[in-house]
Amino acid sequence: MASYLTRRLMLMAVTLFGISVIIFFLLRVVPGNIVDILFDSAGMVNPAEKVKIERELGLDKSIPVQYLAWIGGIAQGDLGYSYVSEKPAIDEIAPRIPVTAKLAAMALIFSIALGIPLGVISAVKQNSGADYALRVLSLAGLSMPAFWLGLLILMVFVARFGTIPIYTEPAKNLWDELLLYSVPAIAVGFRSSALIMRLTRSSMLEVLRQDYIRTARAKGASAQAVNYDHALRNALLPVVTIVGIEAAFLIGGLIVTETVFNIPGVARFLVEAIRTRDYPIVQNLVMFIAIVVVAVNFLVDLTYAALDPRIKYAE
Amino acid sequence: MNEWRSRARVALALVGAVIAAPVQAEEPKHGGVLRIYHRDSPASASILEESTFSTNIPFMSVYNNLVLYDQHKPQNSIDTIVPELAESWSLSDDKTTLTFKLRSGVKWHDGKPFTAADVECTFDLLMGKSKDKLRKNPRETWYNNVTDVTTNGGNEATFHLKRPQPSFIALLASGYSPIYPCHVSARDMRVKPIGTGPFKFVEFKQNESIKLARNPDYWKKGLPHLDGIEFTIIPNRSTAILAFIAGKFDMTFPTEVTIPLLKDIKSQAPDAICQVHPINVSTNLIVNRDVAPFDNADLRLAMAYALDRKSFIDILAEGQGDIGASMLPPPEGVWGMPPDLLAKLPGYGPDVKANRAKAREIMEKLGYGPQKRLPLKVSTRNIATYRDPAVILIDQLKDIYIDAELEPVETSVWHAKASRKDYIIGLNLTGNAVDDPDQNFYENYACGSERNFTGYCNKELDALFDKQSQETDVEARKKLVWDIEKKLVEDVARPIIMHPRQATCWRPNVKNYTVTVNSSYNNYRFEDIWLDK
Repeated sequence: MASYLTRRLMLMAVTLFGISVIIFFLLRVVPGNIVDILFDSAGMVNPAEKVKIERELGLDKSIPVQYLAWIGGIAQGDLGYSYVSEKPAIDEIAPRIPVTAKLAAMALIFSIALGIPLGVISAVKQNSGADYALRVLSLAGLSMPAFWLGLLILMVFVARFGTIPIYTEPAKNLWDELLLYSVPAIAVGFRSSALIMRLTRSSMLEVLRQDYIRTARAKGASAQAVNYDHALRNALLPVVTIVGIEAAFLIGGLIVTETVFNIPGVARFLVEAIRTRDYPIVQNLVMFIAIVVVAVNFLVDLTYAALDPRIKYAE
Repeated sequence: MNEWRSRARVALALVGAVIAAPVQAEEPKHGGVLRIYHRDSPASASILEESTFSTNIPFMSVYNNLVLYDQHKPQNSIDTIVPELAESWSLSDDKTTLTFKLRSGVKWHDGKPFTAADVECTFDLLMGKSKDKLRKNPRETWYNNVTDVTTNGGNEATFHLKRPQPSFIALLASGYSPIYPCHVSARDMRVKPIGTGPFKFVEFKQNESIKLARNPDYWKKGLPHLDGIEFTIIPNRSTAILAFIAGKFDMTFPTEVTIPLLKDIKSQAPDAICQVHPINVSTNLIVNRDVAPFDNADLRLAMAYALDRKSFIDILAEGQGDIGASMLPPPEGVWGMPPDLLAKLPGYGPDVKANRAKAREIMEKLGYGPQKRLPLKVSTRNIATYRDPAVILIDQLKDIYIDAELEPVETSVWHAKASRKDYIIGLNLTGNAVDDPDQNFYENYACGSERNFTGYCNKELDALFDKQSQETDVEARKKLVWDIEKKLVEDVARPIIMHPRQATCWRPNVKNYTVTVNSSYNNYRFEDIWLDK
């Protein structure tokens, strides 16, 4: 196990290094840089002024030199300065991470709480009315674009309740926080729950046809014990994988939800930073998202062994 | 045209009526925070460095100018300029020395006293004379006629002009002309501005919010009425409008409500007060006259004849827009050509079929026809306000044997591309902060100006720009301006497609706000707005 962990950690480091190189170089080959954007916002271009600002921001140096400066800065805990706000990048990024983390966590909890039980019900009651209804529901969840569902929810809130569940200021207490994030979490979690529901159903159906399930039933085990103790635990392996993927997606992929519900999270900020070519923000945020994705994948791998003791990691 | 004129007059009259009536009847109440949504995250808080009212609207109330347009007169003009940090001003006999007597006892938000030195510093910064530099200086051309600014003691500042320029004060009255403190660097003004205005800067969270708080030491006693102003940044227009309807905000972002969205507001929040008004941002074409095929003046003229401006207005703004040349048309615009003169310009006649026939005739003379069509690209920024008119243009050009293709250009490279003339035809939007010919002509049409993207250069017209700029008689100046406009249209310098109108809405409890009908940049001091709560 120890050597497996060491190998995985080293692989993670190599992956992150690769991502850092790709992101850094890709950003610089995209046409236009922050100086172009600055002048664009002023509706003018002054080549002499542009050169001056490029020098001021260190953009006149070669790309490898800029890369080394960035990586060197990270090693010393210095993420650089936002070109747009002229504040330390860490001060811009850090407050946004908890916002997205809370939303992602609530969305994930919602999707698991809804997706797994409904998937089990759908499998256990295969081809019943409930199964058909749940399959339609899950297809709807997968088909509806998040922005459409989000806007629809906002319109219903405005028309029916005369209020709108969007972010306009930080929540003052836990209750406010729950209210603030619950509606967008449902909007975004609905799609994930549909995915989890479908996967749980198909995985359960496969497991329920296994010999050991028949044996358990023959031995007189109750339906609940067969379905939940024997079948579900084994059916959960692919579900855990998809939950891991969804968790990683939710950290960086909430752009639409954050935009519609005006949540000042990581994804919306990242898109805005890409638009303005705010390199220090983009680089550091993408690295943060990459770290989360790699770490979640690692945790998913470890969860396999916890769920299924037959899984052993090679020494 | 008469119908158009009377419609516009009615609109202007309504502006006055809606605003003026409640103001006289009610006593202002103190307190409360005005909540406005903001359409995007401004690049910085430094008005001198930016070129968008995304900066002016939230930050103009942090500062003061020497002089300012009266915030309760809907139409900005020389006659509506009132003193602010200057108590009075005088012009020398030769009209080249403009002296301001400054208000005493005014303090910056950090407690330091305001003096004439701050005025000198501000304009040295704008003219590139100071040690500290602006990162961007988009309105440097505004001050081309100023040799220097001098002080006489702490309470007098003098502008020395190269030649008479009666409308120079119009530029100083714009929201783009705040006075900055000497003791704060240009960099700090971008992130934490210090002003003398009615509201103090509290915080600016990128992509989230901007907060301002009442300046208790404001030099206008008893003002401001509000405790603060909060701008919540909501880039998604649908969310922002729904939030306004739901009562989360007291006011929409000024000028940002489109005509279709206005219908939503009126149906779902019938108590909201909304005004449709010109925004003095024209939709226009930039034509690369240095390369084929538009190096040919006849071809440029054919394109000018092909434009059906009314269709643009009907399709894009449901009829809420105005046909005009480069200056905003009357009655809201002070300097625009009267409709009868406008109709005589190439492509402006009401008979679109006849105009198109003329355009085809020119094209046929140049060798084009149904069998030999001209392929080209129409480049524009890849955002709806640019892209939509470009699509209509492409459709209209088909009628004169031009098969155009849309080239959407990412915002980040649009101005760089336009400035190196990497386009054949470009569709552009041009905002005029001040409804004054000096600002418009020198910025957009003068030889060598940075914002003259087409590189149009006509020395004869440059001389006319100077001539109108020096003319003190308003009626005589108007005639010169109209001559210039006529020449610009005939030269197809930058064909103006339309002057769109948009709306601003606010809740009935917001009192004393007046919409400006000929600028989107100058009317956000917010010092005597109050909330009836």
